[in-house]
Amino acid sequence: MEYNGGSVVAMVGKNCVAIASDKRLGQQFMTVSTNFQKIFPASEKTYIGLPGLATDVLTLSERFRFNINMYNMEEERDIEPKTVAHMISSTLYQRRFGPYFVEPVVAGLSKDNTPFICAMDLIGCINFAKDFVVSGTASQNLYGMCESLWEPDLEPEDLFETISQALLNAQDRDALSGWGAVVHIITPDKVITRSLKSRQVSKETYCGD
Amino acid sequence: MAPQQVKPVGGFSFENYTRNAVLETKGAKPPKATSTGTTIVGVIYDKGVCLGADTRATEGPIVADKNCEKIHYLAPNLYCCGAGTAADTEFTTNSISSQLELHRLSTGRKTRVVTAMTLLKQMLFRYQGHIGAALVLGGYDINGPQLYTIYPHGSTDKLPYVTMGSGSLAAMSVFESKWKPNLTREEAIAIVSEAIEAGIFNDLGSGSNVDVCVIEENSTDYLRNHVRPNERAVKEQSYRYPRGTTAILKESIRNFVDVVEGDAMDMS
Repeated sequence: MEYNGGSVVAMVGKNCVAIASDKRLGQQFMTVSTNFQKIFPASEKTYIGLPGLATDVLTLSERFRFNINMYNMEEERDIEPKTVAHMISSTLYQRRFGPYFVEPVVAGLSKDNTPFICAMDLIGCINFAKDFVVSGTASQNLYGMCESLWEPDLEPEDLFETISQALLNAQDRDALSGWGAVVHIITPDKVITRSLKSRQVSKETYCGD
Repeated sequence: MAPQQVKPVGGFSFENYTRNAVLETKGAKPPKATSTGTTIVGVIYDKGVCLGADTRATEGPIVADKNCEKIHYLAPNLYCCGAGTAADTEFTTNSISSQLELHRLSTGRKTRVVTAMTLLKQMLFRYQGHIGAALVLGGYDINGPQLYTIYPHGSTDKLPYVTMGSGSLAAMSVFESKWKPNLTREEAIAIVSEAIEAGIFNDLGSGSNVDVCVIEENSTDYLRNHVRPNERAVKEQSYRYPRGTTAILKESIRNFVDVVEGDAMDMS
């Protein structure tokens, strides 16, 4: 989990959800990419965040894309976020004794636009939260930031500020996360995707004072 | 790039086992799985069985879930508290619950507690303790109220009052002082809540709220968050940021298109 680095956070707002991640891909302390995608669309209104070992992030994002496309064709309807969560959970538990090194986060709006977020451990134990979920190498920092900054019923623009500040400040205290940030805010009529301006530094810069 | 995609068949797959062993030697250690540190208890009273559980799920020293559900549904008259690796307790109880429903449809009878117990212990023994699920199974069937504990290696005990999990010693101390045969329903709920609270306050692996489940001959009551001794105080200040605080590099908006069922073409 700490080989490539990366973090994801998701929050619930008033009739909206937000999911955000950093953009770093590293090989232990060397940064290899500053544009690594960790949040993937599952359906129009549902997104999956996959922090962890990069090879598993890529494998699982493709696997879920396949499973969800099959679902859409067989069921002839869009997949609900809760169903996506259970599907990911089963996929991870299948590998109970040789797991994928990812701790996924799901965020989306159901058909009736109720907000939904959840996080999972590497073997698929789902944590359904009503406020926020965090995952990745900066998770402990994110817990602290979210627990202080989050309040219920934030409007989409306020939720954006809250989740952005939580992620930016948490990843600045984590050597393995950072190098940019992406935020998706999902509301009943649109999805707003923003790239944030963040500190572009590596651990070495902090250390050599 | 991606391997050949096949629809999953079901059951465990050991495909990644060697890869993960090699990764560990290269310094990529696996993350900790969510564990339910836990205090879970069960008590038999005059007319039924009463189960209790705390609601904290931990990932190492961090609280991953402050209000998780540890009392799992097995059958309308059977519930099971789970301690140990959270994913294991969740999937094991779901799997056995599914088998029990098929069994009910096949036999046409209400599920018996021993059926669930036998299915659980045989599965856990098969996996030699690698499935870390420690369970307290309680239910009411044709033979009256029954309470069993099931350990990860597959051993079982049939007892009138039980506690499991990291907070089991704290909870058992409450039972050993206060339990007596033929408790009333109210007394049972009271000592179960007290036992769980003992675990919540004295054990670091347990916390948050108390869930209770009371099973009688013809009714089951799932009292979610029956006691909430750890409510968060109102925050003294709002930390809301003014809009425009965060610097943005790029923005893109995807508007949803409303697809309205079309009417038949107007050919007039």
